[in-house]
Amino acid sequence: MFVTPGYAEEVAPAAGEAHTTDATTAHTETGAEHGGGGLFPPFDTSNYPSQLLWLAITFGLFYLFLKNVVLPRVGGILEVRRDRIAGDLDQAARMKSEADAAVAAYEQELAEAKARANAIGQKASDEAKAEAAAKRKEVEAGLDQKLTAAEARIATIKANAMKEVGTIAEDTAAAIVQALGTGKVDKADIAAAVKAAGK
Amino acid sequence: MANDPIHQFQISKLIPIEIGGLDFSFTNSSAFMVATVIVASAFLFLTTSSRGLVPSRLQSVSEMSYEFVASMLRDAAGSQGMRFFPLVFSLFMFVLVANLIGLFPYFFTVTSHLIVTFALALLVIGTVIVYGFMKHGFGFLKLFVPHGVPGILVPLVVLIEVISFLSRPISLSVRLFANMLAGHITLKVFAGFVTSLSAFGAVGVVGSILPLFMTVAITGLEVLVAFLQAYVFAVLTCMYLNDALHPGH
Repeated sequence: MFVTPGYAEEVAPAAGEAHTTDATTAHTETGAEHGGGGLFPPFDTSNYPSQLLWLAITFGLFYLFLKNVVLPRVGGILEVRRDRIAGDLDQAARMKSEADAAVAAYEQELAEAKARANAIGQKASDEAKAEAAAKRKEVEAGLDQKLTAAEARIATIKANAMKEVGTIAEDTAAAIVQALGTGKVDKADIAAAVKAAGK
Repeated sequence: MANDPIHQFQISKLIPIEIGGLDFSFTNSSAFMVATVIVASAFLFLTTSSRGLVPSRLQSVSEMSYEFVASMLRDAAGSQGMRFFPLVFSLFMFVLVANLIGLFPYFFTVTSHLIVTFALALLVIGTVIVYGFMKHGFGFLKLFVPHGVPGILVPLVVLIEVISFLSRPISLSVRLFANMLAGHITLKVFAGFVTSLSAFGAVGVVGSILPLFMTVAITGLEVLVAFLQAYVFAVLTCMYLNDALHPGH
């Protein structure tokens, strides 16, 4: 049922040569009526002048409009954007270099401050050391002085003591002799004896 | 009649005009040329009217098409080729918009007429020839004598080069015309199957699913072809213009 058109076409040649020719002619004729010029429309030369004229007019105007209005505008937009981006990048680079410079300056200042602090510390410790040394020297000098004074005193005391040793010995000897009861002994003799014993 | 796949290419006079025995009528084809130009111009003009530093979506479409054609031309013909940028961009936009408008049902496809594409191709080749001779004088003819060809082969090579040069406008125009024509006929034929099969009741409706699916698929393909052919036309234009700028290869 639904293959009728195709079937009909296949049947047509079988129906007879004359019929087919008629059919084709008829078909061409309908095509001709329908197509106006009787040709496949794109190959119909009768419409060429009109096509060319209107193409020239429309495309020409299109070209002029694009060339003079649209393209400069779009080009301008892109240019402005490119400039703006380049400008922004430049500014960013400049700011970065400024920041870098600030960091460098800060670090230099920091280093200087450290150096100064070290110097101050060094100086202070040197001064403190010098002061301590001076004080120690002073103290040592005082101590030495006291020592020598003490030694001198000891020496005098010792000398006095040594001086007195003789008389004590003489007194002791006289007392011993007296206690022994051997009578009075001459003081000079005792002194001489002590002196001889002390030697 | 409605199923005749050729009907869509029919030219009908809207305003008959006749000058000096020649028919310059304003036809449906002319109307769609005007529509193509108006749509393309209006789109490019209106989307860029805000001149946004940060583009809107439509503005970036205009900008992308600008940069697309510009880089195409710069790659093919160098920065000297940029003097032809308005021409190449106009051709690209005209062909692209004409192709796309032609995809709408009942709309006429301007580029499905050989005379239109041939006129555009002749415009390109004419520009190449005129500019080539203006810039290089007879040095332009070096285009037909490639470097490093042995002396005995020169006549043969020159002959081949001349033939290839002369066939350029034909191949350029026929490629676009044939693609548009064939695509639209195929689309129409498959779409016609859908309606004629559906006329046979339930079985026919089921049977028409396949051609319907094909119609949808081919419509997608035709969108691709519309872009691709506009691109091919523009790229070849760029390459031919490169010959005008640097004929010595």
